[in-house]
Amino acid sequence: MGTLEAVLLTIATAATPLLIAAVGELVVERSGVLNLGVEGMMVMGAVTGFAIALMTGSAWLGLIAAIIVGALFSLLFGFLTLTLVTNQVATGLALTLLGLGFSGMLGEGFVGQPGVKLASVYIPGLSDIPLVGKLIFGQDPVFYISIALTAAVVYFLFKTRAGLTLRSVGDNHGSAHALGISVIGIRYMAVMFGGGCAGLSGAYLSLVYTPQWTENMTAGRGWIALALVVFASWRPWRVLAGAYLFGAVTIGQLHAQALGFGIPSQLLSSLPYVATIIVLVLISRNKRLTMMNTPASLGRPFVPDR
Amino acid sequence: MSKQPKSTGEILLDVRGLTKVFGTLKACDSIDLTIEKGEIHALLGENGAGKSTLVKMLFGSLEPAAGEISWNGSQVTITSPGQARSIGIGMVFQHFSLFEALTAAENIALSLDDDTPISTIAEKARDLSEAYGLPLDPYSLVGDLSVGERQRIEIIRCLLQEPQLIILDEPTSVLTPQEADRLFETLERLRSEGKSILYISHRLDEVKRLCDRATVLRHGKVVDHCDPSKETAASLASMMVGSEVKQIVREAPVKNDDSEALLEIRGLSRAAATQFSIALRDIWLSVNAGEVIGIAGVAGNGQGEFFEAISGEVLQDSAEVIRIRHKGAGLLDISGRRQMGAAFVPEERLGHGAAPAMRLSDNLLLSRHATDGSAFLGSLGVIRTDTISQASQKIIEDMDVRKSAVDPEASALSGGNLQKFIVGRELSREPSVMIVNQPTWGVDAGAAAHIRQALINLSRSGSAVLIISQDLDELFEVSDSICVMHDGHLSEPVPIAEATYEKVGLLMGGADASAATHAGGTA
Repeated sequence: MGTLEAVLLTIATAATPLLIAAVGELVVERSGVLNLGVEGMMVMGAVTGFAIALMTGSAWLGLIAAIIVGALFSLLFGFLTLTLVTNQVATGLALTLLGLGFSGMLGEGFVGQPGVKLASVYIPGLSDIPLVGKLIFGQDPVFYISIALTAAVVYFLFKTRAGLTLRSVGDNHGSAHALGISVIGIRYMAVMFGGGCAGLSGAYLSLVYTPQWTENMTAGRGWIALALVVFASWRPWRVLAGAYLFGAVTIGQLHAQALGFGIPSQLLSSLPYVATIIVLVLISRNKRLTMMNTPASLGRPFVPDR
Repeated sequence: MSKQPKSTGEILLDVRGLTKVFGTLKACDSIDLTIEKGEIHALLGENGAGKSTLVKMLFGSLEPAAGEISWNGSQVTITSPGQARSIGIGMVFQHFSLFEALTAAENIALSLDDDTPISTIAEKARDLSEAYGLPLDPYSLVGDLSVGERQRIEIIRCLLQEPQLIILDEPTSVLTPQEADRLFETLERLRSEGKSILYISHRLDEVKRLCDRATVLRHGKVVDHCDPSKETAASLASMMVGSEVKQIVREAPVKNDDSEALLEIRGLSRAAATQFSIALRDIWLSVNAGEVIGIAGVAGNGQGEFFEAISGEVLQDSAEVIRIRHKGAGLLDISGRRQMGAAFVPEERLGHGAAPAMRLSDNLLLSRHATDGSAFLGSLGVIRTDTISQASQKIIEDMDVRKSAVDPEASALSGGNLQKFIVGRELSREPSVMIVNQPTWGVDAGAAAHIRQALINLSRSGSAVLIISQDLDELFEVSDSICVMHDGHLSEPVPIAEATYEKVGLLMGGADASAATHAGGTA
């Protein structure tokens, strides 16, 4: 395997968890809800995925369990913010803190244990094509899921009536309610979808990226995912571009550090953040498109008047 | 126009004792209402009389506290707008229930329950809009449209659902006379098809002309029923208000050749900012002290862009393009122009004229701290709470703003009452130049008269007043001259003595000035 191929593969592995969590959060925010608990839901998914895979021996069961736990964990957020109408920002932050603490407690016995790694796809012949074979036909299954998920979310949001309804709720929940759309119901579903995605993203870290469990292993990726959604102006393909850009610069700067260019490592470590922000700000300069895509009701509490 | 009620006497909707309570306020108090098949039924009442609350209950967006609704002879409980639509009730909202980030067609699709593709809906909407004379581009983004165009979407959306009962809340307030005529033809056609219409309007003339029966609400109660065609506008108004509405007094301005021009616009041009906005083309106008000039025009012909340019939301290239009290103001921002003695009331009340989530006193401070900071701010910029609240209470008293709390949030006020506060806020500065965009849109007769009189009084005390409005009755009532804006051009001012509805209407439709003058001559 050539060096370039290896680098490209690691970029995909770095980008995939960001992409999944960000696409999930994008759907949540498009419905008008700001869930800052992505990090917490991810880390819960990571510990669940690891534990279930270890106990059953099946990485797939681990992934599924992580999705369920992520969704259930987000349901807590949904109940607090949608039914009890608590402040979304504060509740999201609390969810992250809770997730980090709770996962640490649950995972105490798993620290240092060898985990189960999700096997990569292997198609005889195709996967062996030099340079592109492994990149296109030989990656882990979640990589393909993440691309399909992005395409599916684009189709759902912009081509289906349900997606239109979801966007309308995010644009103006008062009007949506006046038309008889169930604002709260749709937001619950969006929040749980986001939770499931965050759970899957977390499990990717503990079953593919580094098949082990360490406390706080999400290391701020949930926050990156949140930032990607905003900088990508709530558009799924831009989220994908942002996730891969971030992944690429992250891997690139690691190699740069290893080669020792004499640039302080702290500066290099900050490079992915700076590069991603600059590029996404540059591509979202079109105010009209931004206006069309920004959910106007984002973070605003909704209480139907009955 | 001849009235041919097709009413069969069959009852479509029968409401008994409908009640809705908000806190301690009985918004609707045991209301009875009967609507027959094939009639246009007017619902009259001032802002806050309970009309909107009543129709929201009929449309399922509010749940009644008590009362019965029977539909086609059988008892129903309307629990959601979806259910209301499915039994055949359609509604055009006063405060539009549109989504700005979506296209017109997508907005329409959202209120249809089936899964028709957007392209089919767009085609249907286009056909229907042409058939009913309400031109509409289904693929335009609602955020780019004027209020008039937005209302067309609401009406088309409602008609697409083929309802048996259509509730229209203030449908003509943003239409030109010609557009309103076409709407009336539409409504009469719907009536002849046996459909019923519940019509809410503050325009008593059109209620008289169009409606078969009327129910009058006051303070949440039914106070009267009548046949509007047998009433006068004045008698209808007094039923609504409970006393006679004050007639507007407009003395002719003192003719004085050397009265000074306080607001001068010299060759104002502005390129279209987006593909949906209108370019302004070489506008010249001067407004003298003691004069009210009205600007008529169909929604979306550049009035919004014009207001933005004069108010300083958008700056000009040269200072001399806009002169306020003989000084160039074209390069100054809003605060700069306000400091020169100008005052502005924008069209959009919530978000533009006032910050919705802030209290009235805060809104007063927001608009005044730059111009009258010394009055409201102490040392180190500390807010003088008592001075500010006294000043806002004075505005509230002067303008008769009705509210539910001592110092409520702007969004808690009804549209008419908020408008009274905003106009009062600007008037209290005693501006020498006052520019108002749609002064009484959605405001009831009593409050509208109050606002109009206040604007006339301001001009007669020596200020220049410029009023942009789509309400021709209003312009004829208050203006000394009327200009018409069409496609970014502004016509020559027509002195009120020479202005006729027909002449102004033709100018609004884009006829050139000479043709319009000719038509005016023969009218």
